[in-house]
Amino acid sequence: MAKSYDRLEGKPHLTEEWVGKAYTFVCIMFLVITISSMVYFVASKGLSTFLVNGVNVGDLLTGLKWNPEADIPLFGALPFIFGSFSTSILAAIIAAPLGFCAAVFMVEIAPKFGRKYMQPVIELLAGIPSVVYGFVGLSVIVPFFRDTFPGQGIGIAAGAVVLAVMILPTITTIATDALAALPAGLKEGSYALGSTRYQTISRIVLPTTLPAQMTGIVLGIARAFGEALAVQMVIGNAPHIPHSLFESTSTLTSAITLSMGNTSMGSVHNNALWSLALILMLMTFVFVFIIRMLERRSKL
Amino acid sequence: MKKWLILSLTLMLALTLAACGNNNNNTAGNASNGGASGSPSESPSESASELSGSILATGSTAIQKLVEQAAQKFMDKHSGVSIQVQGGGSGTGLTQVSEGQADIGNSDPFAEEKLDAAKAAELVDHQVAVVAMAAVVNPDVTVDNLTKQQLIDIFTGKVTNWKDVGGADARIQIINRPASSGTRATFEKFALGQKTEDLQGSIQEDSSGTVKKLVSETPGAIGYLALSYLDDKVKPVKYEGVEATEDNVATGAYPIWAYEHMYTKGEPTGAVKAFLDYMLSDEVQHADVVELGYIPTGKMQVKRDAQGNLTK
Repeated sequence: MAKSYDRLEGKPHLTEEWVGKAYTFVCIMFLVITISSMVYFVASKGLSTFLVNGVNVGDLLTGLKWNPEADIPLFGALPFIFGSFSTSILAAIIAAPLGFCAAVFMVEIAPKFGRKYMQPVIELLAGIPSVVYGFVGLSVIVPFFRDTFPGQGIGIAAGAVVLAVMILPTITTIATDALAALPAGLKEGSYALGSTRYQTISRIVLPTTLPAQMTGIVLGIARAFGEALAVQMVIGNAPHIPHSLFESTSTLTSAITLSMGNTSMGSVHNNALWSLALILMLMTFVFVFIIRMLERRSKL
Repeated sequence: MKKWLILSLTLMLALTLAACGNNNNNTAGNASNGGASGSPSESPSESASELSGSILATGSTAIQKLVEQAAQKFMDKHSGVSIQVQGGGSGTGLTQVSEGQADIGNSDPFAEEKLDAAKAAELVDHQVAVVAMAAVVNPDVTVDNLTKQQLIDIFTGKVTNWKDVGGADARIQIINRPASSGTRATFEKFALGQKTEDLQGSIQEDSSGTVKKLVSETPGAIGYLALSYLDDKVKPVKYEGVEATEDNVATGAYPIWAYEHMYTKGEPTGAVKAFLDYMLSDEVQHADVVELGYIPTGKMQVKRDAQGNLTK
């Protein structure tokens, strides 16, 4: 007994270690509890639409009519799901080439100027609050589309442009990191074989960094998918699948933020909104899963 | 030193967690107490004789500014009272006051329209102001009077061109509020007399500010706004030949108006009662209420109940 007491006394770092372990464990437990209780909360609220209010899951996922305040309420969320996917994927289609080319410029073409001045400027975009994006979209992009194209100006196109600017920093930063991490030998080998700079970038750099680029794009889509405020301001919020890119439509997030505050907890309408949140959360899980898979591939 | 830092951090975290747990218990306790006895959820330290305590008013964003202004003035007079005013929407306000999380629930619609009958019966209504609305159109639209039937046709999509209601040949663009909005409920109930769906191509916007912006910019647009939002950027149209003015609302000639409610759970006492009395006093009714574009309830020559029946 005495011996072990001596040993403890002699090595205070053991207690220190124990305290450190306990503290970090409490921290991780706090995170785990927060995340799991949020998942539980959204799931229990979202599922009660089907379990308590008796709405058919298939009707919600494939129905085209959303009219929760009518005498016979209808909960067809397909227009929202369609709106969310079309705006965020279109945003990625706009932002991905821009982000990749900006990264190529910053890493390959003008590294000094690019990394010193351009990167902070692009990262600055990530710090602008989304309400500012929304307001700029509403005041600049929507009137421009209204005057240039037939239609209302408001709609998927305006939402996608606003989102493209918002996710540009994510895509650019990840693309830049991927390009910078590329082993120099690969490029030097390509140059040694007589390739031009264009050939090296298009045949060597782009294919080898593709998985990392994809990670950036999926992260961007995930961010765009979850963005609510900026999209809500420019998309028009009609719960219908639009006939054109310039017609009012709605996304999952905008439907939730538009009505959540005005419905009382426990009502069918409120529960249906939680179901939309549940769909949104499940989609986020899918995105995280895809990113994980891509990361594993890019390591090989 | 390091060790103590870590220890104290741990302690702090533990305390925070414990506090969270306590809070939850309190809320649950309050809610169940309120449900059982139907008594208002005041802070227990409050006594009726002197004004002190904290009041939480939450709900409708439409009267948030009015309540905030009045609360500021009230707190300047009674330093012992602190009033917190939060938005969140009428539904949130009613839910929270009904569950005892808030002392006052601000709402545009009557509680009977949002909550079930048993819960709504526990709440006491305090009508603090009247808000009137007008259909507004883009200034380029030549129409300046619409009948009830014409409005119904427009908002149900039967009429899609201004030439069908006496205007120029231009497409009608509906700029609406979301289906759950209190403003929309009022407009549908008293201007259209029926509920409408969100039509294909219609625009739903969250705030009156955005509605006004879009109506003023979009060719052929029609929407509706509270009178306080009207200026020369949008053009109000007459309803059945009656202009949307304060006097027409007060006499009952113009029907598109609603009360702004502040609900309490059971009869208010103490600081909450004093604040609600203050809201209804001339000092607020003839100053802040008018200043923010509402109509004082005292000016109304007609009254309306939750079913929408008018009495003189």
